[in-house]
Amino acid sequence: MSQALLTVAGLGKRFGGFVALADVQLQVGDGERLGLIGPNGSGKSTLVNCLCGTLHNDTGQVTFGGTDLNGLSAHQRTRLGIARSFQLPRPFPTLTLAENVRVPILFAADVKAGRTVTDPRRRCEELLDMVGLLPKARRKPADLTQIEMRKLELARAMASEPRLLIADEAMAGLSHQEVDDILALLMTLSAQGVTIIMIEHIMRAVLAFSQRLVVLVAGRKIADGDPQDVIRQPDVVAAYLGS
Amino acid sequence: MVNVRFLLLALVAAALTFAVARLIDNAYVFFAGYVVLQYIVLATAWNILGGYTGYVNFGTAAFFALGAYTTVVLHKTVPVLPLPAMMLVGGLISGVIGLGMGYLTLRLRGTFFSIATLAMAVVAQTLITNWNFVGGSRGAYIIRPAESPIFPGDYIQYLFVVMLLLSVISVAIARAIQHSRLGYGFSAIRDDELAAEASGVPTLRLKLIATALSGGLMGMAGAPLPYYVTYLDPASGFSLSYAVNTIAMPLIGGTATWLGPVIGAVLLGTLQQVATVTISSALSLLLVGLLLVGFVIAAPKGIMGWFAR
Amino acid sequence: MDLSFDLLGNALVSGVLLGGFYAAVTIGVSISFGMLDIVNIAHPAFVILGSYTAYIANSVFGFDPILSSIVLLPAFYLLGVAIYHVYDVSFERRGDASIRGLAFFFGLLFITEVTLVLVFGVDYRLVDAPYVGPSLHIGVIDLPLRLLVPCLVSLALIGALQLFMSYTFIGRAVQAVAQDPMALRLMAADPSRIKRIAFGLSIASASIAGAVLIIIQPVEPSIARDYIGRIFAICVMGGLGSFGGTVLAAMILGIMESLTSTFYGPSWSPAVAFGFLLITLAVRPAGLFGRR
Repeated sequence: MSQALLTVAGLGKRFGGFVALADVQLQVGDGERLGLIGPNGSGKSTLVNCLCGTLHNDTGQVTFGGTDLNGLSAHQRTRLGIARSFQLPRPFPTLTLAENVRVPILFAADVKAGRTVTDPRRRCEELLDMVGLLPKARRKPADLTQIEMRKLELARAMASEPRLLIADEAMAGLSHQEVDDILALLMTLSAQGVTIIMIEHIMRAVLAFSQRLVVLVAGRKIADGDPQDVIRQPDVVAAYLGS
Repeated sequence: MVNVRFLLLALVAAALTFAVARLIDNAYVFFAGYVVLQYIVLATAWNILGGYTGYVNFGTAAFFALGAYTTVVLHKTVPVLPLPAMMLVGGLISGVIGLGMGYLTLRLRGTFFSIATLAMAVVAQTLITNWNFVGGSRGAYIIRPAESPIFPGDYIQYLFVVMLLLSVISVAIARAIQHSRLGYGFSAIRDDELAAEASGVPTLRLKLIATALSGGLMGMAGAPLPYYVTYLDPASGFSLSYAVNTIAMPLIGGTATWLGPVIGAVLLGTLQQVATVTISSALSLLLVGLLLVGFVIAAPKGIMGWFAR
Repeated sequence: MDLSFDLLGNALVSGVLLGGFYAAVTIGVSISFGMLDIVNIAHPAFVILGSYTAYIANSVFGFDPILSSIVLLPAFYLLGVAIYHVYDVSFERRGDASIRGLAFFFGLLFITEVTLVLVFGVDYRLVDAPYVGPSLHIGVIDLPLRLLVPCLVSLALIGALQLFMSYTFIGRAVQAVAQDPMALRLMAADPSRIKRIAFGLSIASASIAGAVLIIIQPVEPSIARDYIGRIFAICVMGGLGSFGGTVLAAMILGIMESLTSTFYGPSWSPAVAFGFLLITLAVRPAGLFGRR
């Protein structure tokens, strides 16, 4: 049995008196496709932030590829191989798309591999081509549509050459066809060996994508297992899916 | 890293400037020119932290005056030290102070950093005002040598050349950063610091580099000042007009590239020299303030922005 | 350093009175920075402007400075509204608030100071009022009226603002906007209009703060800069947006400055506030009483 890529044990986070996460524990295997669902305010984004280092957890431990992440800053974790796409896309507005993608290449991918990419421009083009944004390489993010912004987010996340990609509601607000687009993209990335955690509300996408499903409610994990089993669990139905 | 061709062109331009100034053979040209060149360095230095990285430094005067007062101290203790050496020391001290202040405040939001820079300027001024060795509030007198040590001519011409070379160096550094990995990091921090961190950019480290570099260059620009003015007191050394000018020049010229601060410095610096002589120095300062506010409201990309279309 | 009880006692009392006044100078920024997140570093310049308007009212027309500052409240309010409008259109809406917004206010600070120099020169100006000279004496403690009256007026000003914030619809809307602009929009109130009113109030407070300032000390244009540090030190120490915290932090600063001035000399005073600010920012940015 392969060792888990990501191990989360006893993770807790409070904001003043409000408990955002309590005793969360999770394991993600190398190459796995994990779905994470839960009602709004259940702590999904807080969990992502704690994993990526944007926030620091109060209790518990996160281990990634054998390394203890406690105390590591966000950029250090990205360099170790964790990448995320933001729920509300955060591109660099004054840089072109190509330059947007170049930043993670220069600061994460290179550093991780201990080398300099010989032709960063070509790598940028590859990444933009993968998401279908190559024609707009010289444009700025302000010129992009909603779905194009999401694709740029994913391209940037991939530019850091992650082992684990966390896609935080990458499909929110998109049309049926656009959802399929993103889904296909994520499946391609998974086929390339990237471990992916998908956080979503769009159930058909989650079910189509996930090998395993985790449910978070009010900061606690209430289910973890085969997607078809999990969605039939009574407490999951009651808390999130409705009858 | 530094483009050799650019450096050569810049040096040629500098040499031409000096030659023209010698031809005109009017001491005023050197005095006024020194001030404009000084502002090129200050504006360029400010822009590395401000325009490139997005952190506004209101405490220019502190770094500048620290450089100047380092020279005062060295002049009293080790007078044989040549000016370039004093500049290096001044730059080093300013750079280290910048680093220290940055370490205290750069983990906070940009606005808190800016307020802290103001704080630092006042603290530095208060310390110097209470330090009798450098004259305290009464000021210090520095005797300007009569002759330039390197080529035949007045000492003021030597100061002019020194500042000219420092301008070339600053601009070359700014340009080199702009096209480098460091420049990408700065831009990412300016655009969205959180996303930059998530992209692997070591934001604190880069911000510290920007602050130290910016502060160091400002210190070097201040180091020759005592020889220029011959009388230095805290009120003039720490004058708020330095802060306003070094902010106004890049914002008016354009903050995105190395050229904007140069344009801003040349235009605004010359304008002020002319206005001080023709109208009054208080009115010329008012003009700077009005231009700053006007450009910030109406032309956020500065003069360079007009040409970028 | 002669630690006599007289000296210490008087320094403490002066510090408290001074602190009350510092709170009045700061309260405008508590609103604009603490609640609206607008870094108005030009606020001290408007306070000085208030000092000069009180000076004119007093020296040219013979009016009491505090009363005239109250009469001038609407003028300062309108000035605040106008400035907010320019700020809103130029920066807030463009989403470019940071560098350019700061530069805008810095420019305003500078323009105000230089204009005052051009109009009034660099001489110190004073006002003449019946409470400027005399002092009350309680035991060994001197209570100069020129400190006591400003302190009381300041606390009255802050009290009035607090009442406004807590008990009027607009006041509560301002507090709401500070915490959640989106929720306010859902209540069909326009955040922009609320912010405009709040900023107008912020500048209006400068009228009274300025009148009170020129009673305490003679005024010339450049002293605005000394107050930038004090104001932001108090704001940060007191916790952004908390009026009670502002008053307490202002008192603490007043006492620290007074003690420093009495025992080490007045030339070290400017550094006290700024030094406090640097330390607070480095150690506990949420302030002593802050929420976050």
